[in-house]
Amino acid sequence: MSTETKFSVTVCVFLLLTTLTACEREDRRFREPAPSSGATSGLTVSGLHPADPTKGANQPPPEWVQNPYANNAYAVSEGQKLYNAYNCSGCHFHGGGGIGPPLMDNTWTYGSEPQNIYGDIVEGRPNGMPSFRGKIPDQQVWEIVSFVRSMSGQLSKDVAPGRSDEMQGGNPPSSTPREQTHGPEGVHPK
Amino acid sequence: MTCFGLLLISASPIQSALHAAGPQAARIERLWWLMFWVAVAVFVLVIAVLSGALGRSRQKSTNTPPPLLDTSAADRMATRVIGAAVAITVAILFVLLVDSVVAGKNETQSLVSKNPVSIQVVGYQWWWEITYPNTDASQTLVTANEIHIPVGVPVVINTAARDVIHSFWVPNLNGKRDLIPGYSTAFWIQADKPGVYRGQCAEFCGIQHAKMAFYLVAESNEDFQKWVQQQLQSAPEPDTDQKRRGREVFLSSQCVMCHTIRGTIAGSRLGPDLTHIASRTSLGAGTLPNNIGNLAAWIADPQGIKPGCRMPPNELPAGDQQALLAYLESLQ
Repeated sequence: MSTETKFSVTVCVFLLLTTLTACEREDRRFREPAPSSGATSGLTVSGLHPADPTKGANQPPPEWVQNPYANNAYAVSEGQKLYNAYNCSGCHFHGGGGIGPPLMDNTWTYGSEPQNIYGDIVEGRPNGMPSFRGKIPDQQVWEIVSFVRSMSGQLSKDVAPGRSDEMQGGNPPSSTPREQTHGPEGVHPK
Repeated sequence: MTCFGLLLISASPIQSALHAAGPQAARIERLWWLMFWVAVAVFVLVIAVLSGALGRSRQKSTNTPPPLLDTSAADRMATRVIGAAVAITVAILFVLLVDSVVAGKNETQSLVSKNPVSIQVVGYQWWWEITYPNTDASQTLVTANEIHIPVGVPVVINTAARDVIHSFWVPNLNGKRDLIPGYSTAFWIQADKPGVYRGQCAEFCGIQHAKMAFYLVAESNEDFQKWVQQQLQSAPEPDTDQKRRGREVFLSSQCVMCHTIRGTIAGSRLGPDLTHIASRTSLGAGTLPNNIGNLAAWIADPQGIKPGCRMPPNELPAGDQQALLAYLESLQ
């Protein structure tokens, strides 16, 4: 095999591998059950009532629960749609916060990991965050989780939405540098 | 081409531009036939000339190539033939153009009525919200994927879209009209023959564009008024324990996040209004005939029937599912 042929073969293999990595980003999984069982303690903290935060809310989430959509651009854009449809923006606005805490900064009262945010949505949190247990299907909760994380630059740039339909103060999530949200002081208070 | 024409004629008449049921569609149909027969004439002419050329005997081959044109008489002849062909082509295209412009103008101008039935059609991915607006809010009717109109009366359709561009098309009644987000248009339809006509989204709008249809029922004015009065009512109270349980299931599960049932606390506008779901012809925007079996399948696994649609699968315990179905079937 000549050097040129070897070179072309290498390039071809490389290009083929590149297309493989793109599959996960674009894949549309419509019927997949999300692996959420066990992601929460089973406790509903709140429909608007303060509850004992030592139970459930602050327990470390099981490490084995993975966000199935961390690398899926389609799911993140679905999450963006649902974020508005289910009126998350009614309290958290488009990331800047208002009635509820902002979601585009690096302050996370209950943790910034996907499992934490899943728990926030499903269990509810004291002082206003209602529980959506049984109201939003698991798959959609994970889509919303992915979008919420994209607002603070916690998703890779190729997955985060490139633009929003709403007025935005800063850069779109896809161009928010991770350093900006994960400063040297650490990710978030636990 | 003739075969293609015959295929269109034999197509199902509830969705066919060649079975006009109103004045505008009749104009479009006439234009279609004019174009068809002109095309047939041109086709026959071309084939005749081609056959003549094929049938001519070939010149005996000699070593010297024949001159391009034998005589100046032949040269003049060729010029005339080409000139005539160009003139005929231009004339035909001109006639067709003028006729289509006239048809288009008549279509938008001829139906003006002082008290038309007015309908707001809003396109969503992938269903239609149908509103009969009224200055009295309690008389404003909201339904989905099914339009009723009285026969012989001009109806004005106001269009809007909430996500992407859709297109409203009932071939039996009129041409297409795009539904563009942030831009409202109005146009007329009129049905002269009672019947059920099928409409279809005619602008590619995403993964389930093909399953974005609706039914349009043209009926006598009395039937239409009866339908309006019936649709204006709130959902009937459940009269059995099972139906009451079904309502409870609806209100306590994820259904309530997207759907409205007037007369209950369910009031979300993300999905179709279900107040009178059992009275409709189809489920999933013309995807399935509306019956209890299809409804069960649709609730359990909409992603299997219409992959990518906005409705998530609903895994309910069997008892709850039966109760929910009984309740929804009672929403006449």
